[in-house]
Amino acid sequence: MTDMEAFIGGEYDVIVVGAGHAGCEAALASARLGMKTAVFSLNLDSIANMPCNPNIGGTAKGQLVREIDALGGQMGLSADATFIQSRILNRAKGPAIYSLRAQIDRRAYQQHMKHVLETQENLDVKQAEVTEILTEGKKVRGIRVLTGTVYLAKAVILTTGTYLKGRIIIGNTSYNSGPDGLFPANRLSDSLKALGIELMRFKTGTPARVNRRSIDFSKMEEQPGDPVITPFSFMHDEIKRDQVSCYLVHTNQETHRIIRENLHRSPLYGGEIKGVGPRYCPSIEDKIVRFADRESHQVFIEPMGLNTEEMYVQGMSTSMPEDVQIKMLRTLPGLENVSIMRPAYAIEYDCINPTQLKLSLEFKEIDGLFSAGQINGSSGYEEAAAQGIIAGINAALKLKGKEPLILDRSQAYIGVLIDDLVTKGTAEPYRMMTSRAEYRLWLRQDNADMRLTPIGREIGLVSDDRYERFLRKKEAIEAEMKRLKETVINPGEAVNRFLAEHGSAGLKTGIRLYDLLKRPEIEYEHLKALGYGAELSREVMEQVTISIKYEGYLNKQMQQIELFKRMEERRLPENIDYDSIKGLSTEARQKLGKLRPESLGQASRISGVSPSDISVLLVYLESLKREKEKNKGEHPQ
Amino acid sequence: MEDTIAGISTAVGNAGLAVIRMSGGKAFEIADMVFRGREKVVSQKSHTLQYGRIVTDDGEIVDEVLLTKMAAPRTYTREDVVEISCHGGYYVTGSILNLLIEKGARPAEPGEFTKRAFLNGRIDLSQAEAVMDVIQARTSKSSRAALSQLEGKLSSELNAIIDGLTNTLAHIEVDLDYPEYDHEELSMKQVEDEAKKAMSHLDRLIESFHYGKILREGMDVVIIGRPNTGKSSLLNYLTRKNRAIVTDIPGTTRDVIEETVNIGGIPIKLTDTAGVRETEDPVESIGVARSLEALKKADLVLLLLDATDWQGEEDKRLSELVKAHQEHFITVFNKMDLVKDESTVQEIMKQNPDAVLVSIKAETGLDVLEKRLIDFALGNKMDLDNQVLVTNARHEQQLRLACGALESALEAIRSGMTLDIVALELKTALEHLGRITGQTADEEIINAIFSRFCIGK
Repeated sequence: MTDMEAFIGGEYDVIVVGAGHAGCEAALASARLGMKTAVFSLNLDSIANMPCNPNIGGTAKGQLVREIDALGGQMGLSADATFIQSRILNRAKGPAIYSLRAQIDRRAYQQHMKHVLETQENLDVKQAEVTEILTEGKKVRGIRVLTGTVYLAKAVILTTGTYLKGRIIIGNTSYNSGPDGLFPANRLSDSLKALGIELMRFKTGTPARVNRRSIDFSKMEEQPGDPVITPFSFMHDEIKRDQVSCYLVHTNQETHRIIRENLHRSPLYGGEIKGVGPRYCPSIEDKIVRFADRESHQVFIEPMGLNTEEMYVQGMSTSMPEDVQIKMLRTLPGLENVSIMRPAYAIEYDCINPTQLKLSLEFKEIDGLFSAGQINGSSGYEEAAAQGIIAGINAALKLKGKEPLILDRSQAYIGVLIDDLVTKGTAEPYRMMTSRAEYRLWLRQDNADMRLTPIGREIGLVSDDRYERFLRKKEAIEAEMKRLKETVINPGEAVNRFLAEHGSAGLKTGIRLYDLLKRPEIEYEHLKALGYGAELSREVMEQVTISIKYEGYLNKQMQQIELFKRMEERRLPENIDYDSIKGLSTEARQKLGKLRPESLGQASRISGVSPSDISVLLVYLESLKREKEKNKGEHPQ
Repeated sequence: MEDTIAGISTAVGNAGLAVIRMSGGKAFEIADMVFRGREKVVSQKSHTLQYGRIVTDDGEIVDEVLLTKMAAPRTYTREDVVEISCHGGYYVTGSILNLLIEKGARPAEPGEFTKRAFLNGRIDLSQAEAVMDVIQARTSKSSRAALSQLEGKLSSELNAIIDGLTNTLAHIEVDLDYPEYDHEELSMKQVEDEAKKAMSHLDRLIESFHYGKILREGMDVVIIGRPNTGKSSLLNYLTRKNRAIVTDIPGTTRDVIEETVNIGGIPIKLTDTAGVRETEDPVESIGVARSLEALKKADLVLLLLDATDWQGEEDKRLSELVKAHQEHFITVFNKMDLVKDESTVQEIMKQNPDAVLVSIKAETGLDVLEKRLIDFALGNKMDLDNQVLVTNARHEQQLRLACGALESALEAIRSGMTLDIVALELKTALEHLGRITGQTADEEIINAIFSRFCIGK
């Protein structure tokens, strides 16, 4: 640290830089684990802001929210408190990919989260621009804010989102800005660079917000919420709430013509934008150019909240100039007279190359500095929150002198997310997808609590309340499984007639309910109708049914997980000198030396490290072990 | 505990003696299931040798052998080890190995004995670096081999299958991950078609691994030619010179004669067909039909021509017939001793550069013919050492597992399972195929590549 005479504003265990979705979870986890924590935001009114789509969840993302919740995080609770529409996607395509998604009242969510932060014990919420990370040697010491005030901390978590040197581009206009018209953080990037951190430049974008009163919904397809609401949080039973609808329209040839004719005015094609944008979330001009044969694209009109007329136009993300934006929107049925409240924009921002992190999300080279969320090259509120809670937990565990919490790829989507980022890095904003998970059938949204709540409990993040609930559910599942295995249903006219009506073969001898439920066409409701059901909660019923119907596949997956775990459990010592291992290929030696994987399994996922390199490491580890044993034998204590 | 592995630890070939090694917890138990000696292997004293026979379940004697028992830990692998010294040659060693596998041993992967020796602490620490060097050296050698194999038909077909399945899976994944995206979703019918297509390709590939089949079951060679070109002389010569294993002369027809002989350790079933020509004689027409059938089913056809008279209409027709029904054939010109004219020899060689020129009567050129037969059986010009043999077995196993996963995918579709399950099975199939092309790095493949040491060393 340079000037010790600076005003010391406070001394904390953990400081979180940024109060978006990652920052909120990080700060709450740290404070709830007993760390004296402060969270800094450029603007306290932007805490937990959703500067893009007003929804939480969706495929893979819904699973992330359930996992955060199972660990004792906040996102699911706040989403349940403030959603205005809820749907389960993919219900017909299998339990591995059922995904919950909710439209959120954006302002209500922010207020809810802000209040949770404000009322959290051990947590200070502060408005200031953090301009510098203070270190001593390679160890973090605190932060400095714009006013010069210094806050000391033993650990600092960076959760800066898209604010670092944020630059907004609309047509040929560009200016320094954070998202949603908020101030950017222009100074912190330089401090990170000075610490030797490698930065990248990513790009993302958001569509226009329009006024509900200027839309003719009669020309659109209404999309209501599910009649029965599934909550995000394992803490909530069924929620009853009036829901609002979303609306679907399609682009047409006229829309596409306008875009094509104005392509030269798009900064994306004019070369103005240099940041790397995500392939999975293309701007509308990207879609028109890359999928030229498509005659139309979907556009969803989504409410931003109950106390606003702002509507989000999903599918029309663009960086075209305003006049083109309004022209193209007005080609859509129902939007002929649309009034734009906020124009669409593209935003470029600095993020770090995430391969500089350990799996704990701590920088390999800077002791006590963690990083989570969009700054790590990810995209999405849920991905950010998932990293946030892990960074918060690990900062706390570190200060407690404990081993970090590392969820592996077979335990959670969170594990897949972090392992992908840290091990492979990313060339575009990283979005979670179910296909990224090898053990998808096991990593379901319905069993996230079974997978993670005991872990959260051990860490100390799961409250007594939550744990009690979890235990009760677990017992109920076990009891019901036992009952289904022990109860026999006998053939009879009524039974067989019922089965025939439901396309199922009649019984010739008595069979166990367990075996009956295994039949693809039989649901738990049918057992009830036959008089063989039990009064169960929706959650218990769901999990029992899935466990039975997919038993064979789940067993297979468990075997694969066992093989996977064996590789993960072979730890690579931190101080390996890869240059001294003769058998390694040159590429592997360089990559391993740079990335310093923590296990043989992680090493095997680094591109350029071949199976034979892994074999060499296996032999190397074995010889290390023997050397150790030999030494032990020679120098008995 | 580690499973029990077995492998032929001497060089494959027609050597007089061979050693088959088995290592693992069940080695003695398995040996007792196939070995008949003075006492049970289980109760035999360690590090001793006993004489006995390897016998099949049907009581058929496979070979007379010497069996060495070595109990852990004073063995090469530090596990229980049995070594069986038997007669050499593919047939005997292959049969014994198959018996052991049938009784519960697993075929050892290349270098697996050495790997176990190392991991069980048998090989000294100072040798660890050497072991690592060998892994890398073996790997680059094997990847070169893999590369040349990859350039072949097998691999291009494999890649086509992988591409097809990958595309299908990718489409399913889009359907799963983007449920609201308005693309055309893949129908179960399309998935079914793609899986079936891949399966039929895989089946073909599995069958194309016929070297293994030849080693186990022998090779079918059909001799075809006009009457008096020397078919029976050739058959007689090969039978006389080589040990006949089974003599099987069916009396039901007058026109197909079979002999199984052991050439270079490979059991080869020779079939002499009656003259293939159009005829009015009903008995002979049956013979022709049978001959044609034999021609089609053969692994290899020897087309025998008379060097003194080979350009007639009948020979041309015969040659076309062979080409129409058989991919693999060797043209053999007999009676070369009668060809005095150098220009005739030139002409024969010019028109038939791959032909083998022999005289059965003068016994010339026959060694070349035998070598061609062996070369063909062993995968043409490939030098079949231990490594290739086991690699093939591993490939075949992966192909079968991939097929099995695809079958499971179809089964899942049939029984109304959801798309995520279908995707799971397709992915499993791809993983198995990836293990052949070396694109996955889980512990299994790592084991496989680790073990690119020579088998049984």
